[in-house]
Amino acid sequence: MSIVETAGHDPHLAHHFPSRRRQFEAGKLGMWIFLATEVLLFGGLFCAYAVYRANHPEIFVWAHRFLDTTLGALNTAVLIGSSFTMALAVRAAQLGRRHALVRLLGATILLAAVFLGVKGVEYEHKWKEGLLWGKRFRPVEASPTAAGGTPQPLLVPAPPPGAGASERSGIPLAPEGPAGLAGAAPALEPHDSRPPRNVQIFFGVYFVMTGLHGLHVIAGMVVLGVMLVRARRGEFGSSYFTPVDLAGLYWHLVDLIWIYLFPLLYLIH
Amino acid sequence: MRPEGQFDSRKATAAADGATMAEHGAPHPYVHVVPFRVLFGVFASLLVLTVLTVAATKVDLGSTNLVLAMAIATVKAALVVLYFMHMRYDHPFNAVVFVTALAFVALFVMLTLLDTVTYQPELIPGYAPALAP
Amino acid sequence: MATNETLARTLEAGENLLGRDNYLNHTRGLRSWLLTLDHKRIALMYLVSILASFLLGGVLALVIRTELLTPQKTVIGPDTYNQVFTLHGAVMIFLFIIPGIPAALGNFVLPMMLGAKDVAFPRLNLASYYFWVAGALLALVSMISGAVDTGWTFYTPYSTTTNTAVISMVMGAFVLGFSSVFTGLNFIVTIHTMRPPGMGWFRMPLFLWGLYGTAIIQILATPVLGITLLLLAIERALGIGIFDPSLGGDPVLFQHFFWFYSHPAVYIMILPAMGVVSELISTFSRKHIFGYRFIAYSSIAIAVISFLVWGHHMFVSGQSTLLGMIFSFLTFLVAIPSAVKVFNWTATMYKGSIWLATPMLYALSFLFLFGIGGLTGLFLGALATDVHLHDTYFVVAHFHYVMFGGTVIGFLGGLHYWWPKMFGRMYSERWGRVAALLVFVGFNVTFFAQFLMGSKGMPRRYYNYPPEFAPYHLVSTVGSYLLAAGFVIMAGYLLHSLLRGKPAPANPWGSATLEWQTPSPPPHDNFVSPPSVGDPYAVEEWQFDPRVGGYVHGASVGKP
Repeated sequence: MSIVETAGHDPHLAHHFPSRRRQFEAGKLGMWIFLATEVLLFGGLFCAYAVYRANHPEIFVWAHRFLDTTLGALNTAVLIGSSFTMALAVRAAQLGRRHALVRLLGATILLAAVFLGVKGVEYEHKWKEGLLWGKRFRPVEASPTAAGGTPQPLLVPAPPPGAGASERSGIPLAPEGPAGLAGAAPALEPHDSRPPRNVQIFFGVYFVMTGLHGLHVIAGMVVLGVMLVRARRGEFGSSYFTPVDLAGLYWHLVDLIWIYLFPLLYLIH
Repeated sequence: MRPEGQFDSRKATAAADGATMAEHGAPHPYVHVVPFRVLFGVFASLLVLTVLTVAATKVDLGSTNLVLAMAIATVKAALVVLYFMHMRYDHPFNAVVFVTALAFVALFVMLTLLDTVTYQPELIPGYAPALAP
Repeated sequence: MATNETLARTLEAGENLLGRDNYLNHTRGLRSWLLTLDHKRIALMYLVSILASFLLGGVLALVIRTELLTPQKTVIGPDTYNQVFTLHGAVMIFLFIIPGIPAALGNFVLPMMLGAKDVAFPRLNLASYYFWVAGALLALVSMISGAVDTGWTFYTPYSTTTNTAVISMVMGAFVLGFSSVFTGLNFIVTIHTMRPPGMGWFRMPLFLWGLYGTAIIQILATPVLGITLLLLAIERALGIGIFDPSLGGDPVLFQHFFWFYSHPAVYIMILPAMGVVSELISTFSRKHIFGYRFIAYSSIAIAVISFLVWGHHMFVSGQSTLLGMIFSFLTFLVAIPSAVKVFNWTATMYKGSIWLATPMLYALSFLFLFGIGGLTGLFLGALATDVHLHDTYFVVAHFHYVMFGGTVIGFLGGLHYWWPKMFGRMYSERWGRVAALLVFVGFNVTFFAQFLMGSKGMPRRYYNYPPEFAPYHLVSTVGSYLLAAGFVIMAGYLLHSLLRGKPAPANPWGSATLEWQTPSPPPHDNFVSPPSVGDPYAVEEWQFDPRVGGYVHGASVGKP
């Protein structure tokens, strides 16, 4: 028994693979393994989300109302659309339709840019409202969100002079020092005007999850841009489209992650 | 700088497909092309499900809301994975890889959640001294 | 020099390619190495890099041991001491042992064991190496800009508040994670898609099963470390408040995140070494491996179960008792597949013809040292005893027995085994045995004393200690100097062999795996003619031929 020698005539066949089919399948398997690592990367963030939401549901119920559901749903549709154009692009490459491939890759990149634009609008709004993470959580008084109709955060009056802090905080003072093992925090009414303690945790989780996702969108745009350039030069056709296919797999994963982020962050009841 | 073993894909594609790109070339026999109507059907379904999941938040089902949202998200994800990402037509091991990753995320989340929920009562509620004025 | 070149020419071209066209001289110039796609050259670059890291980590270890000679200050101050032990851990783990066997030996051997010309993705392989370099540079930046004093485990909230250069170090580890992931990815795809006709899954050498199990862990666990370190860096830079309790965060959550990777990571370290040992034990017992399928399945079992035990690092950290019990039980479970391997190796040696060549000395050392290391893990896995032993030198001794006595010894065995293939030269067998003995004795003197003082309560990472522990520390430090001497001797004869070693035949050890069916060092394309695929442990089909000074297939002449 011996190894089949490579023909060496097919210019798309790398010298260490015995056949085009094997090479193609290897490429796909490799990309799926890479996607598995991305799933685990984001999985850590979903774990942090789950831990904090399970232990402090009041924070999530209270804070998610500052997210604009309409913009979130719009972004979801935009990303789903970009996945559609991407799948069509792969199909065009497989069928050797160069013009369609170029246009569809362009459309995908455009939709990705729209997604980032909407995200930018949302982030800017949070920044102006002071709805950031950790110590930077300093909500501004009474500004309605873009969609309107959401309750305004109420500020606790500024601490008396001599309390030591120089920055405003939306966190109410603890009544009498730490409660220790005395029991759970007092339950909050769903539309309590006082924010629950440590509500900044929600925004920490929000920004890390959507921020890392956004970075992946940007990286995807770069990869698709390279594919676009190569497609315009006529590098892809029915006999060779693997890079488009693999880039498409990555892009669909970016969409997949957002499919879960949207309900978890925006649609908390 | 092209080390040995590299190939020039531009020249290669042109050579394989003729001097100009054919408008409707036939892909290799091992390649499966998803029909347009399937892709469009998936796209439309995804949009419908998105509308559905937003509408579902208007109805108060208590803790079932989360389960429902996750179920709808999973259906959407399955459509993307099976059709857009081609897994329906692919080598089954690729599915094993992806599902294994999801299983390990589930393992991580469940055990960590179990621990944090169990030691939660021992924590000081609302403890965040760096944030108190 | 002239004598050996003559020798090289007298050996048939089928045996040795020194002085002829081989992968080392196939193309010349620095760029042909830095931009190579040849897995063998990439393996050599990795080898040099990880050995340099081992040297750095080793020097740091000697500084630690020297400082601990006396109960108070000996040579360095307390803050420096914290940085030294942190760097020793970080360098050894992230720069040396995690890439270790897969990158330096696996890259070289894996394609050849499959009769292939390269790994599935040669460019990704090179990128893997450069990620290692980038990570190493970031770690270096950290070292010269204030280093880190948190311990290699970076526990919060100290790591989010300390003044040292934590961000550059964790970003270095983050980048190194890519190197690990891409290597694992490459290996899985290569094993799946590039096996030759006639080599089903259960006709692969067991070293490849070990690398496959390792790759599974690399793919699934490393990204979680990635997100952990990323979150840590973001926490330090922006104060997000996920792990820092003063911002409302949960520090035990950090530990869950960290150990979800770092426990499986130790199996990234040991599985390849176990794979090497399978090859060594069979070859040097001149006997077919016993229980092939059990050993193969146990590699996968270890890979999977390794993900179920991370909480045993957190028994006293505030983890709930419920989970303590769950993780303790699962920890006992993970010992079983390792034991299966040890039994099968022992059974392989039974009634074999044991050849105590240097690689075999390391394999035997492995059995003894890993046995001790693994068993002492069970002491630590039991909740009641761990309460007393946690954060003592008992833990330090345990993990050095498994990581050093297991992985490093396995690495050294593999290095000495494949050395003739990689460089076409034999090293001095006498000095090889001397070094192996010195390493074995030095290791046990260094670390057994640590079991004793740990069980008596000597805490780890402590700069000062009560004077009653001084004799133990003295013994341990003397052992470390013996160890160092062993390594110096090893470096000496290995480097000497590169210049003046006897030319090596194609198959000096009589193994039946495919990489020995090509001359030493191999040609650029790995094989002169396609190797014949058969049972990888049919060592009885290979007989020693004194004319070539090595083993040939089928001929029957004499014994070494």
